[in-house]
Amino acid sequence: MSAGKDHAALAQVFNNDENRVDWHDETLWFVRAKRDRASHGIPDWELLRETASQIKHNVLSNMHNYLVQFEENALTNGIKIHWAADAAEHNAIVLSILKEKGIDRMVKSKSMLTEECHLNDFLQDNGVEVIDSDLGERIVQLAKEPPSHIVLPCIHKKKEEIGDIFHEHLGTAAGESDPQILTETARQHLREIFITRRAALTGVNFAIAETGEFVVCTNEGNADMGAHLADVHIASMGFEKLIPQRKHLSVFLRLLTRSATGQPITTYSSHFKKPRPGQQMHIIIVDNGRSIQLGREDFRNSLKCIRCGACMNTCPVYRRSGGHSYHTAVAGPIGSILAPNLDMEKYADLPFASTLCGSCSNVCPVKIDIHDQLYKWRQVIVKNGYSTKTKTAMMKGMTLALSSPAIFNLSGKAGRLALRYIPFAVNNGLNPWFKQRDMPTPPEDSFTDWYKKNRKGEKP
Amino acid sequence: MSRESILNAIKQNQPELSPLPTEVDFCFEDINPVEKFKQVLEFIGGKLHAVSNYAEAKEYLDSVMPPAGQWITAVPEFQDHAAFVEPGDPHLLENVDVAIIKGHFGVAENGAVWVTEELMGARALPFITQHLVILLNKNNVVPLMQQAYQLIADKEYGYAAFIAGPSKTADIEQSLVIGAHGPRSLTVILTD
Ligand code: SF4
Repeated sequence: MSAGKDHAALAQVFNNDENRVDWHDETLWFVRAKRDRASHGIPDWELLRETASQIKHNVLSNMHNYLVQFEENALTNGIKIHWAADAAEHNAIVLSILKEKGIDRMVKSKSMLTEECHLNDFLQDNGVEVIDSDLGERIVQLAKEPPSHIVLPCIHKKKEEIGDIFHEHLGTAAGESDPQILTETARQHLREIFITRRAALTGVNFAIAETGEFVVCTNEGNADMGAHLADVHIASMGFEKLIPQRKHLSVFLRLLTRSATGQPITTYSSHFKKPRPGQQMHIIIVDNGRSIQLGREDFRNSLKCIRCGACMNTCPVYRRSGGHSYHTAVAGPIGSILAPNLDMEKYADLPFASTLCGSCSNVCPVKIDIHDQLYKWRQVIVKNGYSTKTKTAMMKGMTLALSSPAIFNLSGKAGRLALRYIPFAVNNGLNPWFKQRDMPTPPEDSFTDWYKKNRKGEKP
Repeated sequence: MSRESILNAIKQNQPELSPLPTEVDFCFEDINPVEKFKQVLEFIGGKLHAVSNYAEAKEYLDSVMPPAGQWITAVPEFQDHAAFVEPGDPHLLENVDVAIIKGHFGVAENGAVWVTEELMGARALPFITQHLVILLNKNNVVPLMQQAYQLIADKEYGYAAFIAGPSKTADIEQSLVIGAHGPRSLTVILTD
């Protein structure tokens, strides 16, 4: 959708509408505040995070065995297992399952993995109609857009815009923007879809090695409506969704929605262990770059992610640049770590779309060192020559300045002088920080000078 | 067939084995389970009504549920009140208005009720119905998810779910709307 554009350019498009930026910022901050209230409401929050992180660490270190165990148990449960090395293989497997049953219409519940694989486009090109059933996903699908957030897919859309989309596609009255009425319209429309589709695809939130079952969490019940009414249920999972034992769900289900939306749990936490009589159940286990990430010591922790979206809701850059500016399925801080693993050149801009303030790492329920990884990616990207020319020059300059006190002091002085007398030298397009803000009026003295003057005799 | 190559890549790339945390059943909260359960259930959009026996429950349902609609139950004691669910094509449940099922236990901290498929009668029933009623014994409410999974531990089921409130969405500008695809209401009836 945004070929050749980088985050800064795409964010600028979003930033053209200042009111929308403010509104987007406030809406996500509201969700973040709900997360704070929910997490502060339980005394063992920090212990839960630490435990979750350790469980996930064990999973990463024993992934091979857990996968084999999961497969064996799922097969015993009567589930068919497929393995996909990449997006293309995943999509081909879905198509072949549908073809075998002569099905050309499928209902889907929210799955970011299928977004990552661009499944919808592939199936449509192959004559299969796919309808997304999560309300937010359905809205962006009708608008022919990808989701802009992993938990809140159409958080970037105002209700009036959704009203226009529904007017065009679902026949609501022109100008109708009441969420209650729009939701009721979608309910009727999608009910008809659920009743008539013979195949349903869902994502997987957690897969349990010990039992071979998988858990899907939704508020709307769309995964269940789809799966229980279809003859064929396909579940797509990245292999990192595994957890060792059923009892570990207690830790993850307590963390997931509190981090995501501040809810104590999703309305439905559905445990699929066996197909119902007469039904076919398939699981597609997808790699698509994950095994490479597993081998990158600095970045493997990103595979602990449970896709709660908290890091996006709290990120000052995400809130003000919109999910689409990340031009990848998973936006925001975690997406900016995952994407360069898949294609370092294409996503070289993303690790730079962060202030490195650390807010993401602070809220992450599985304690991923998100901002550290962003910082590390920047270094890898510069070293590999993928960063833009200006960024490389700036990074080199910074490294030089920070490596010697003399140069640091000198460049500080030069910077203050430049800001005072030739502000256009920094207030220009070469300095991305200048966008959306004026550079500050520089102080008379540097901190060192000030310190020397005011704290004589104390050691600086 | 990518199985071998994926598994090999994983085996080569995974870090040195790190142990599982031994303790996941910690509990620092002093919760009055029934009180908290009621409070959270109402917070997430559900209703709670306490009765002393099934006769009272039936009376209550008659007074609050749509009278004319199709009532279906998976609870044998309610067969005089609603049609007993038949196994078979889930599409036959398309027009159910009120479904009455039992839950195994409730979880105080999040208002969820654990239901396995035997108690649902049909997997689709608790989702396709317009209104869902779950009967729960008031002695079967645990404080936290840790205790919940101690009860579930090695139980056998084909399908099961925690159900916490009616179907809902907030996808349109974060406005909460009850009744997305599934039930428009959830009533938990607490029995003695
Ligand atoms: S990285 Fe952490 S905070 Fe971000 S989505 Fe994943 S689990 Fe949530």
